[in-house]
Amino acid sequence: MPAVQETVARVRAIDVDQYKYGFVTEIESDRAEKGLSEDTVRFISMKKGEPDWMLDWRLEAYRRWRTMTEPTWARVDYPAIDYDDLYYYSAPKGTKSGPQTLADVDPELLRTYEKLGIPLQEQEILAGVEQRRVAVDAVFDSVSVATTFKEELAKAGVIFCPISEAIREHPELVRKYLGSVVPTSDNFFATLNSAVFSDGSFVYVPKGVRCPMELSTYFRINEKNTGQFERTLIIADEGSYVSYLEGCTAPMRDENQLHAAVVELVALDDAEIKYSTVQNWYPGDSEGRGGIYNFVTKRGDCRGRNSKISWTQVETGSAITWKYPSCILRGDNSRGEFYSIAISNGRQQVDSGTKMIHLGKNTTSKIISKGISAGYSNNTYRGLVSAHRRASNARNFTNCDSLLIGNHCGAHTVPYLEAKTSTAVFEHEATTSKISEDQMFYCQQRGLSEEEAVALIVNGFVKDVLQQLPMEFAVEAQKLISISLEGSVG
Amino acid sequence: MLTIKNLHASVEDKPILKGLDLEVKAGEVHAIMGPNGSGKSTLSYVLAGKDDYEVTEGSVTLEGEDLLALEPDERAAKGLFLAFQYPLEIPGVATMTFLKTALNAQLRARGEAELPTPAFMKLVREKADSLGISTEMLKRGLNVGFSGGEKKRNEILQMALLEPKLCVLDETDSGLDIDALKVVSEGVNALRAKNRGFIVITHYQRLLDHITPDVVHVMAQGRIVRTGGPELAHELEAQGYAAYVADAAA
Repeated sequence: MPAVQETVARVRAIDVDQYKYGFVTEIESDRAEKGLSEDTVRFISMKKGEPDWMLDWRLEAYRRWRTMTEPTWARVDYPAIDYDDLYYYSAPKGTKSGPQTLADVDPELLRTYEKLGIPLQEQEILAGVEQRRVAVDAVFDSVSVATTFKEELAKAGVIFCPISEAIREHPELVRKYLGSVVPTSDNFFATLNSAVFSDGSFVYVPKGVRCPMELSTYFRINEKNTGQFERTLIIADEGSYVSYLEGCTAPMRDENQLHAAVVELVALDDAEIKYSTVQNWYPGDSEGRGGIYNFVTKRGDCRGRNSKISWTQVETGSAITWKYPSCILRGDNSRGEFYSIAISNGRQQVDSGTKMIHLGKNTTSKIISKGISAGYSNNTYRGLVSAHRRASNARNFTNCDSLLIGNHCGAHTVPYLEAKTSTAVFEHEATTSKISEDQMFYCQQRGLSEEEAVALIVNGFVKDVLQQLPMEFAVEAQKLISISLEGSVG
Repeated sequence: MLTIKNLHASVEDKPILKGLDLEVKAGEVHAIMGPNGSGKSTLSYVLAGKDDYEVTEGSVTLEGEDLLALEPDERAAKGLFLAFQYPLEIPGVATMTFLKTALNAQLRARGEAELPTPAFMKLVREKADSLGISTEMLKRGLNVGFSGGEKKRNEILQMALLEPKLCVLDETDSGLDIDALKVVSEGVNALRAKNRGFIVITHYQRLLDHITPDVVHVMAQGRIVRTGGPELAHELEAQGYAAYVADAAA
């Protein structure tokens, strides 16, 4: 069989069906009535024991959302979502909102996280063995079920807790910063999130503190027909540093599940936030049935002078990805970075990229995007770089590479550049390439199987971005890349 | 060691190999010479199992095993090595990483233990030194930005590391200046061994000044048309391939 046809046959056979996190946890849950109304919003707020100001904030967002229409500009295609046919709140029964110890957590939940490879047990450092520790906040459907290492972080003055807890315990911080980067009116999905968000993580790093460990949140959607609307808010006060990682998985289900998150980052003078994502939501099967619709608004505000925000993402999951982690470079000399690996296979559709908005003087940004398309997927990079007229000496470097595997996938690059100051310097490089049959043959002649060869070539292609991930996650990401591309050889 | 019987092969339905017979014994170096378009490179690709090269008739066995039934990577693990005329570039994959991945893949396929990293590094360094390959080169992307000579030396390095039973060198001399040709030839000569066979495919006699063959074959129109000793190469150098092209066409 000629090679090209063989490639096609193999690609057809692939395997998004091999999704390894596709199990469902049998657990009773406490859900809101199906559908969305003011009552749903009140119900969520009540379940969370929120103060009135929070409820009012949500209701205002809800009313605004009712007047908005879903955006259609992205290069993605999906049947209309019936927002009244979803559950907006689901909590494993027996969990109350609020802080708890691991002892209170349903063992079934702990087993779920264990299966996902996420340790929620706090382990002491073994004598003499240097072990990097990661504090984890685990969010199951609509609630945070456990946060580890809280006490140790508290010693350093770092607040790391579910956002629902922060709303009750640290209202002054939440009121000051929530919605200050992504306003409730921002866009259809962000506004929806503002109305119904149920949980997520909150981080505050005080002045001059370097957060003593990596912080991480794992999101898991378990319930059927349930939307997950998490909200994450990270504030790095003057001169502080924090590295944060989120990971996401979901069971395999025939229906699509909606995920509309909002992440806001605020970096004050001389502060740095490094935000990494390994997104592996269920992508749907090879025919495009099921999978997560991932409509996410992520934005960082370099509010202070010399501040820095860096986004790194490895996107392998979701049926549809609509996501543009962005930086507002407000403070003079601030820096924004975006490193992305987006892999699409099967029938996945990805429309992702970033926005670098230069407002302050001498601001710099860097974008490295690597898109890999296989199967029948479509992968679009959409990026905006703009410089305000006061943003003198703004600089951007963009490098955007696409790699195609097989003949039925598509890669698209849509850059927008707007410079309102003549001193801005923007550089843009873009390439599209294919894994050639000759490269494959060369690798195989040296003893690599087809799958090893694809993984090797792809890992070479994404190397610049993988290097940006915290080390332990880089290994995880590398494995994930190989798994996502299994069977996609050509 | 290698037995090719009545081999016929086509590319996109066009017959290229038309009844080729060849027997290479362990320890022997066979040179295959011939005019352009005679099917020399096709033979190397058919042996290595490249897609689109379809065997329509005949058999190939390596130490008695049917080579044609195996995938390219399985053939490699059985000890078949092809030094490419145009080695491929793989950006972002350090040469060292590639070497390690390849060696371990073959060891695994043969059910042997993988080499621990320190031992591997030491082994590569030794072999690289003798071929004048610097540490800096090993860190660079595989063949990316390598000169023609560097690419060919890198092929020989892989050969030295993987220790194949049968080495096929496809026009290894093309694009090499005289100094590079010497380094590469010395690398090949160092690998000559009682238990190893070589097929050296070349258009010109000059490579055979450095790698002395045991047997020289002339290939034309997809078949071996004449076989002789090293002196045959000199005769071809003097007289050219005109006679074979005319004969075969007649």
